Amino acid sequence: MTDIATPAAGRRLSPTFVIGLVLVGLNVAVALTTLVWTPYDPTAMTGGRLAPPSLLHLAGTDRLGRDLFTEIMIGARIALTVGIGAVAIAALIGVSLGLIAAFASRTLDDILVATLDILIAFPTLLLAMLIVAASDGASLGTAILAIGVAASAIVARLTRILARRVLAMDYVTAARVAGTSWIGIVRIHVLPNIWPTLIVNLALQFGLAVIAEASLSYLGLGAPPPNASWGRLLQEAQGTVYTAPFGAVAPGLALLSLVIGLNLTADGLRDIADPTRRTRT
Amino acid sequence: MLIAIAVLFVLLRLLPGDPANALVSVGADAAQIEAARRQVGSDLPLAEQFVRFVAALARFDLGASFVSGVPVIEEIGRRLTVTLPLTLLAFVSAIALALPLGILAAVKRRRWYGGLISIASQLGIAVPVFWIGILLVTLFAVQLRLVPSSGFPARGWLDPLAALRQLALPVLTIALVMAASLIRYVRSASLDVIGSDYLRTARALGSGYREALVRHGIRNGAVPVISILGIELASTLLGAVVVERVFALPGLGSMLLIGIEQRDYPNVQGVLFISTLIVLLVGFAADIAQRLVDPRLRDHAIGGRT
Repeated sequence: MTDIATPAAGRRLSPTFVIGLVLVGLNVAVALTTLVWTPYDPTAMTGGRLAPPSLLHLAGTDRLGRDLFTEIMIGARIALTVGIGAVAIAALIGVSLGLIAAFASRTLDDILVATLDILIAFPTLLLAMLIVAASDGASLGTAILAIGVAASAIVARLTRILARRVLAMDYVTAARVAGTSWIGIVRIHVLPNIWPTLIVNLALQFGLAVIAEASLSYLGLGAPPPNASWGRLLQEAQGTVYTAPFGAVAPGLALLSLVIGLNLTADGLRDIADPTRRTRT
Repeated sequence: MLIAIAVLFVLLRLLPGDPANALVSVGADAAQIEAARRQVGSDLPLAEQFVRFVAALARFDLGASFVSGVPVIEEIGRRLTVTLPLTLLAFVSAIALALPLGILAAVKRRRWYGGLISIASQLGIAVPVFWIGILLVTLFAVQLRLVPSSGFPARGWLDPLAALRQLALPVLTIALVMAASLIRYVRSASLDVIGSDYLRTARALGSGYREALVRHGIRNGAVPVISILGIELASTLLGAVVVERVFALPGLGSMLLIGIEQRDYPNVQGVLFISTLIVLLVGFAADIAQRLVDPRLRDHAIGGRT
């Protein structure tokens, strides 16, 4: 194996970063596979009910005799869909709000910051619950929207802090004096300086969004059946945990692999974005 | 605080469906609906609803449930007897777990068990709370049959032993998840202390490694950890929603969940208001605790803009 060098750090990628990328890649591959092929029809009753894992059914079957491994594979697709959608929304709203707050007058900034602080004091899940409740009926779309909106407060606060730091620089003052519009300042000076840190945070938010989606589905507020969300699989398995304990384990392991992968990827990205932190871990 | 109330109010009014719907039966005619709207006040302009809401809050009058008619504050009080012990027990156990393990993970980071602690906490923050709960149920209630899997004794705390048995697994669940994230902060704060100049100076002046760490490290390392503790305590209290569902506990979280399902505004509002109040109080307490530990914070003007 030759050295994998990054242009930024000029040294080998850390093993944990590689593990993270592999785990995320595995989940993406499984999710893409389900678009064209699954071992069984996800809604077909393919075997005995609550069968233990076997060669035919790698993760056993659920209470209706559906193949659990197929459902877990589809769960990866749902988790990734919600995660990507939610992070995109959080980035869009969060970065815009954060930039507005950074440029705003003192009063508007104070109001925005106070609102954000309160929203952040609530766990993402609780906010998402309220938003789901506020919309009519739970669906994949509402789950994405709810988690994205709930996560945007954290992104907004981070963006504001990062942007303010850039705005205090002399070269920004120089640009202002030279007559650059604030949109120009954002494009030329602010965004290029803050995006590495933002990307790291968004990767972490991705993991949190996957957990939030599972929790929403667990509470019955996520994507409705037949969407085999990991959270819903676990909720169903909890009812049959006395007869089929494996069903309560397997979907969680799948979820763990994705979130751990995302967290490790975020850590790796941070090391690349900010080499001074490398010594800490 | 006023902003907090305003945000809550706006969030709640976003819920579609008139709260009066909870009062009338299906197929009620327009006049009955109008009467119900008048009764709950949802026919008034939003601004007036808001003023009434704030005025009632000032008297600690949270209204009565639309569904059951029970005063909200009474219901909250009853449910806090489940949620508060649950949260506090879990909080204390989490600290008891996380402080020694976090410090150990930092001091012995090059030994295998130091690394193991770090890995375990990484795993702990990557899973949803409810899965840990289900796994613990599978292990302790189903396989080992040590404790009941869910529910709460009908007589509540009048039967303290049974109540504690019921709370054992939920407390363990929250404590594990909370400890996992706390360990990371404690470890990182300890690493800061270990790498600091004052610790090197203390050792150069002849203190032993352990003595230097205890005399100088704890107080310095505690400051950032305390502010995290405050946030964790608050989010645990609010995050109890999920754990209460896993173990079918009649706490504040399940009150909120049922309230949302039934569009029972006073209940939802009440729970959110009380939790916000507790969150703000905890944050305030954490601030004070930090200043007690670190005299430098007392001298500085607080509230500098970042």
